[in-house]
Amino acid sequence: MPPKSVDPLHFLSAARLTVVAGKGGVGKTTVTAVLARAAVRRGLRTLVLELDGKPALRTLVGDVASQTITAGDALAEYLDTHGLKRVSKRLISSGVIDVVATAAPGIDDIVVLGKVKQLERSGDWDVILVDGPAAGHAITMLRAARGMLATVRGGPLRAQALDVAAMLGDPRRTQVVLVTLPETTPVNELVETAYALEDKAGVHLGPVVVNAVDVGETLDPSAAPEGSAMRAAAEFRNARRRLQGDECARLLDELALPQLHLPAHSGTALDAAAIEQLATGLDVPVPA
Amino acid sequence: MTALSAAIESAQVVVCCGTGGVGKTTTAAALGLQAATLGRRAVVATIDPAKRLADALGVPGGLGNDPVRLPIEAQGELWALMLDTARTFDGLVTANAANPEQAERILNNAFYRNVAGSFSGTQDYMAGERLHSLHADERFDVVIVDTPPTRNALDFLDAPGVISRFLDHPLFKMMMLPTRRGLRMLNVATQPILRSIGRVVGGDVLADAIAFFQAFDGMETGFRQRAEEVLTLLRSDVTTYVLVASPRGDTIEEAAYFAGRLRTAQLDVTALIVNRSTPTFGDLPQRRPKRVAEAALFDNLAELHGAAVEEHRHLGPLLEELALDPDQGSVWVPLLAGDVHDLDGLSTIRALLFD
Repeated sequence: MPPKSVDPLHFLSAARLTVVAGKGGVGKTTVTAVLARAAVRRGLRTLVLELDGKPALRTLVGDVASQTITAGDALAEYLDTHGLKRVSKRLISSGVIDVVATAAPGIDDIVVLGKVKQLERSGDWDVILVDGPAAGHAITMLRAARGMLATVRGGPLRAQALDVAAMLGDPRRTQVVLVTLPETTPVNELVETAYALEDKAGVHLGPVVVNAVDVGETLDPSAAPEGSAMRAAAEFRNARRRLQGDECARLLDELALPQLHLPAHSGTALDAAAIEQLATGLDVPVPA
Repeated sequence: MTALSAAIESAQVVVCCGTGGVGKTTTAAALGLQAATLGRRAVVATIDPAKRLADALGVPGGLGNDPVRLPIEAQGELWALMLDTARTFDGLVTANAANPEQAERILNNAFYRNVAGSFSGTQDYMAGERLHSLHADERFDVVIVDTPPTRNALDFLDAPGVISRFLDHPLFKMMMLPTRRGLRMLNVATQPILRSIGRVVGGDVLADAIAFFQAFDGMETGFRQRAEEVLTLLRSDVTTYVLVASPRGDTIEEAAYFAGRLRTAQLDVTALIVNRSTPTFGDLPQRRPKRVAEAALFDNLAELHGAAVEEHRHLGPLLEELALDPDQGSVWVPLLAGDVHDLDGLSTIRALLFD
């Protein structure tokens, strides 16, 4: 009973590029993997991009096409294609690249997004899902194009930044999906991130994914004797579910975005099978 | 007494490490509260800009780079601050500069402003630096540090590696080549490699970088020496390491990663804190009740019980890897029926950790 729900198929094909962002620990990678599997199940040509160098994602998505883009590789490729092929190896091996990235903040983000843009324009994919960096860096990254346009007056970098900004600013090309847990602090942080992204990065926000929702019927603690373990456990479970429901309602109140709820999976280990199960759950259209 | 209780009684520095989303900031604050309860003067340094924690702690304007005393009723004192990387770096530059003009030249340099805020490792290095100055501060008996929620959170253990990586940087060295002073600027700017960079990032940016490295001239020694002192403190017996985890699969993996990092640095984890574990309520009745409503309660209890057992099973290998005492080495904090977002909640966590 999400307060405002969303058809996964509709939103997955709303923009070609979907950037998944959220604070550490909210299950961003899990959500990326579930959305990827769900897109594949619907016959969409799906590519998963991974920017953080986390090996977990690949094992979770199974046979979905995936690719890792690192700032170093993207920068090297950029230099190669901009007449600096001869020196690019030396720039990288000497570590001068680090200094370049520091001297011109955002250059690494711009070249990474430039690479993403290439894939987005290639026409090979219906859905490109990016397992983005953690929230703070995601804002910096998505703002990089605007920042670059403000400081760099000409040259190849400006052209690149213009292209990237055009992609990020077009809701048919890019949407950002924010992930949270149904708890006070993660919800507060998500609301803050959402405003920062809309104001400073000018990106379109897709639905919010609320991860690890404990779904189930409300229990009747009075069915067990007072002081019993069964009763205490039921009261606890009800309280947690109520808290989660309250937080989802508050999120909707503070941020009028549709929500997609992913149920908590049982067990501590999350593997490809669990991801597939969660993705299958999305097949059932949620009543609006 | 648990290893954690003993550590909070005597350690001068407590480093809380762990991945994001496991309640590390709240835990660090609760450890500080415990130290204050014991009559110690504790300062908690958080790195994550967790404004809500500041609000909950009764600091209306939020936390800044300077410690603020919190309004708690305890025999000791509880102070808190939020690390401001750029300001800490500024302080270090000012302290090490030969004269105010040199400091000024660096602080106003555009390249420096970027370095102070974003050079990889700067935050970790500054965390170490701040830790060192708080430890030396006579107002405090114990410093509790909440490390950044990233995989690189322990990079400050590589100090002076971090600062050396910066000072030993090829570009830095290139700038510092002993040439005739007046000509240096001209010389470096004509280096082919720098000309190439200039074509990509623009001439202004490059000029700023060169000016920065030149202004930095003569300050390396002070920086390196301070980095050594920080490292000595982090390796000494007065510093204790606490690992914070939650029983979810991915965070256990991350905790194992941190454990490995600490082991490589030859540092021992004193205690493992497992946050948000599934609570236990008592034994299951012998058989499942027949009445539907009651059977649902039985199933719920069984499910929670199963989850708790599974969590313990999952954390076993980590405890073994950390070589912690199975009874005294770890403290489990159960998931609460409500969220922790005020001083009362913090007291609850403190009690669960220590009483």
